[in-house]
Order: sequence, then structure tokens, then C-alpha cells
Amino acid sequence: MKTFRLFLMSMGNLKSNKMRSLLTMLGIIIGVGAVIAMISIADGAKQSVSGRIKAMGTNLLVVRPGQHRFRHVRGGTVETLVLEDCEAIRRQIVGVELVSPELASSQQLKYFNQNTNTVVLGVHPEYLSVNNFAVKDGRFITDEDNHNYRKVVVIGATVARDLFMGRVPIGEEIKIKGMLFQIIGTLEAKGNQGWMDPDDQVLIPLSVAQKRVQGVKYLRAINIRVENEDEMGNVQAEIEQLLRRRHRIQAGQDADFNIRNQKEILDTLGEITGTLTLLLASIAGVSLVVGGIGIMNIMLVSVTERTREIGVRKALGAKNMDIMFQFLVESVMLCLFGGALGVAFGVTASEVIAHFAKWQAIIAPSAVMISFAFAVFVGLFFGLYPARRAATLNPIDALRYE
Amino acid sequence: MIRLTKINKTYDLGAEKLRVLRDVDLTVEDGEMVAVIGPSGSGKSTLMNVIGCLDRPTSGEYWLDGKNIAKIGTNALAEIRNLKIGFVFQSFNLLPRSTALENVELPLVYSGLLRTKKRAEEALDRVGLSDRMKHLPTQLSGGQKQRVAIARALVMNPTIILADEPTGNLDTATGYEIMDLFRALHKTGSTLMMVTHEPDIAEQTERIITIRDGVIESDVANTPVMPEKPQPKVYGEAS
Repeated sequence: MKTFRLFLMSMGNLKSNKMRSLLTMLGIIIGVGAVIAMISIADGAKQSVSGRIKAMGTNLLVVRPGQHRFRHVRGGTVETLVLEDCEAIRRQIVGVELVSPELASSQQLKYFNQNTNTVVLGVHPEYLSVNNFAVKDGRFITDEDNHNYRKVVVIGATVARDLFMGRVPIGEEIKIKGMLFQIIGTLEAKGNQGWMDPDDQVLIPLSVAQKRVQGVKYLRAINIRVENEDEMGNVQAEIEQLLRRRHRIQAGQDADFNIRNQKEILDTLGEITGTLTLLLASIAGVSLVVGGIGIMNIMLVSVTERTREIGVRKALGAKNMDIMFQFLVESVMLCLFGGALGVAFGVTASEVIAHFAKWQAIIAPSAVMISFAFAVFVGLFFGLYPARRAATLNPIDALRYE
Repeated sequence: MIRLTKINKTYDLGAEKLRVLRDVDLTVEDGEMVAVIGPSGSGKSTLMNVIGCLDRPTSGEYWLDGKNIAKIGTNALAEIRNLKIGFVFQSFNLLPRSTALENVELPLVYSGLLRTKKRAEEALDRVGLSDRMKHLPTQLSGGQKQRVAIARALVMNPTIILADEPTGNLDTATGYEIMDLFRALHKTGSTLMMVTHEPDIAEQTERIITIRDGVIESDVANTPVMPEKPQPKVYGEAS
């Protein structure tokens, strides 16, 4: 009963100093809000990226060239990954469903007086199903196109929108590296999914990309779809053996390529975003501590201001603990309310940011709980010193204080 | 009942020691009405602080209701202030953001009692302020503020009410009104002890103790002299 009455008294005091209470809370509001927003943004980004990778299928293997090593110095692109490797994988490895070689480069596209920079990807027909794309208009690149070095191009949705403004551009011709390519199809949009736009690319036959556009014989990647997800490990090991043999790599030597599967990529991504989340949250956490110092500052001012009041209360029979309790309640309640408002602020902020970044806001209940609990802890911690100071005031000195 | 024996209070000022109270012996029976007078720096305020348990004597014994409280702990001292002492200050010392009723409730709240509102209302009623309960101190006159303070002092039914210059901040007419109130309380059995500068205020009590240089110089019984009430000024009336 007594505790409750003292609690009400503290609340009354906060209420009668509305403006000051609000300003003091602002530090905590921003701190808690920032922690929640940061964590939810990081989680949202992670979800969005990993969602995209999962959508591509978890039964994908990617072979990429490694890097030259010359006396521990890493150098340019390895040129040993070639189309023949691709054929060998297709023929010799059991359990491989589809093999899709790629050669990417960034090029300028020209359509009359318009131009745009985009990724030009040399591909085989398998690209479409391995990468979960669908043709919207026209047709996709065929084996004949590759075989006959036809200068044909399938354009991604972003490029189609930029150059042709929604018109169906089948049959039009665009220039890539000074050569005219005929548009034979457009791709269905996948939509922007975070850090990169999968629709901002054009696809040409791999043979043309190698011979005409870039003048090289190597590949930048081989995407492999495995028939059975459980066989991933075996298939990956077999491919590794095969390629080591083909590239004449001695046992114990580093390979000049590496094979990643989607799960590894997801794991790495999880690590990176985890670190990112921690970093963002700790930066936000600093503002929470700064908010706490603000509370301590105001509470100290308040103790000084109310020295006489403390003296009166003590003369009327308040024990040290009663005074301590009163001031501690004030600082904790400031943080509690600040924390609650901060949660609202953080949730709103992350929804708004997620809306503009076009991903889903993921508000982790643990983030809300931890930041809220931390706010209350901040209130206790930074309220303790001023409250102690108030409690240990000598009643006579406090009463005489002007 | 209050009994002080050989109370000393010494302040250590480094180079010298300041002896504010020297071997003070004093007994105040229940139901007395005492005035403590003396020049500034005579030690009368320190005496009041010791009696009010706000300060501890350096040596000596202080018996309050048969209990020696010269050497008890801080919390126990707070409890005694709460239960047995009622303070009235020169500058009222009401909490500025609390209503009259809330101010009077304060000692009840700290004692952990229930039904504090009813008791606070009764106390305010006794000082004639039942129509000002919801007012803030800023909405009250000086005399009304002091009445609230007196209600707050007596709400716990203390052994003694200590008043430090209770009329010091009031004009003469209001000061006499407060003294009337004190006398009325005294008639109902309260023990009162007040420090004052004003001889006419001291003359209205039954016992006058004079302190000088930390020593009780005189301690005499007094027949209360009711002063002539100064006429309240009336404006706008032709003479």
C-alpha cells in the first residue's frame, strides 16, 4: 500500500513536469526505436536475400573459376574453366539434371539514340530453367542459335522497360559492342529483390558471347542442377574430382576453381548479415546509453531542485529507502514509457523503411524484448546514483537549502 | 514526555570546536505549551532539531516517551519523526505541486497507514480549512498555508508539535490567528514547543525558555497574555 502510494507520487511528479519528462524520454525513445529498426531492417534484408536464393532452388551447385596464385599473390581470372568441362560434367556425372554454362560481361547497349549499361550474359538454353526464369514474349535462345553463332538477344524486363517503354520489341535490333543483335524474346520480371536487379540483364548465345563479344574461350560460371537434393554432397565431390583431373591438378594442390552449393552460400550470407545486425544494433545501443546519461543528468538536476522537498519529506518521516524508491521509480518509469514509445517508433520506422526498400519488415520479438529490457536496465542503472544522492541527504541541510 | 539530560552539540570546524549546546537539561511534560526564545546563534534552532530528531546530540541522553533515542539508527529516527514529532516551519515547506489534502496525507503515507484521506480531511477540518482541500499551495494565503502545515503536523497525533518561527513569515494579524489555532490545539491536549523571536508571541505561551550561548539562561512559567487583536484594515470606508 505504502509502495503503491509512493509510486503514485512519483508518477504525479513526472506528470507535472510533462515537457521535461518527454524530452528526457526522447533519448530512450530514439535509442530503443533505433535498435528495433536496425535489427528489423537487417533481418528483412537477410530474409529477402536468402528468400531469393532459396527460390532459385537448394539443389544448385555453382562452379566458378578460382584465382591465379603466383607466390601467394592472387592474380587475374583463371581461364581454365571451359565449355568442355561443362560437357564432361553432363556426360560423366550421374545425378546431374541440368548444366548451364555462363559468361557474363558488362556492356553498353544501344537502340538508336538511347543507350544503357547492363550485364550481357552468354548462355545455353538450360539457363532458363536452372535460374527459374520464364519467357514473356517471343522465344528463348536455342542450341541452333549457339551452334550457328546467331546474333540474337533475349532481354530482361528492366532493360525492356528502359529501352522500349513497354512496347513488345520482338524483331527490333539493338547494338552490343558495335554489333547488331536481333531481339527474339523478353523475360518475365522477377522483381527487384534487394541489392541487385535480376531483370537488368540481356541474354545472348554463349558461343557469340565467347567468340564475338569478348573473344575468350573460358566460362565465368557453370550452374548445375542436381536431380536429388540428398545427392548434393556426392555429386559435388564427383564434379570436383572430375575437374581436378581435367585441369591436371596434383593431389594436395589448390584447385583453380571452386564449387559452391546454395546451402554454403546461405550459411555465408547468414554469417555476414549476422555480423551486420550486431554492428547496427550496437551502434543503436550506443544511443540508448547516451539516452541513459541524459536521464541521469535530468535526475541529478531534479534532485538538486527538490533538495528542500526531500528535506521536508524526511522531516515528515520518509526513510532513506522511501526517497530512493521515489527517485528510482521516476527514472525507471521514464525509461519504461520511453521504451514503450520507442518500440512503437521502431516498429513504425522499420515498416516505413521496409515499404520503401520493398522487402518485408521482420520485427523480431526478441529484439523488442531485449531493447525494452535494456531500456529499463538503463533507467535503473543511471537512476541509481541520483536516487542514492537524494536518499543520503542530511535532513537539516536539505531543509535549509535555498 | 521529553527529557534531555546533559545534551551537548559540538561542531568540528577543524581548527576550533563550536559548542552550540552545552549540557542542556530540559523536561517538557505532555500537554505543555512552551516558547523557546533567544538571540540568533544562541542554539535554539539546534535544540529544536535535536528534539525533532533531525539532528543527533554529540553527547547526552534524550528520552522521548521513555525511550533513549540519542543513539538509534537513521531509519528508526525517521520512524520517530513520523510517529511522534510534528513539524511546523517558518516558510511552511508545503510540497508545491501537491494539494493541501495531499500535503497533509504525506506523513500518513510514509507511516503506511490506511484510510489516509479520511484522516487528512479530519486534520484539515480541525484547522478550519475543510473548504480548501483541493487547493494547491500557490492558491492559498500565507495563513492558510501555515494552517495546512499545522494540519500536517498534527495528523499523526504526535507526542509533540515543534514549530520553528511559525509566525515569522506572517503579518501580525495572521500570526495571532495562527497562535489562536495553536492555543485551541493546546486546549485539546497537544504538546507544543515553538521557537520565536517575537516577545508578544512568546507571551502567549505558558512557559518561556531563554537560551543564550547554548545554555538555558532562564526557564519560567508564564501566564498567557492575550494580545489585543489588531484591527484588520478596512479599505473604502469613510472615517
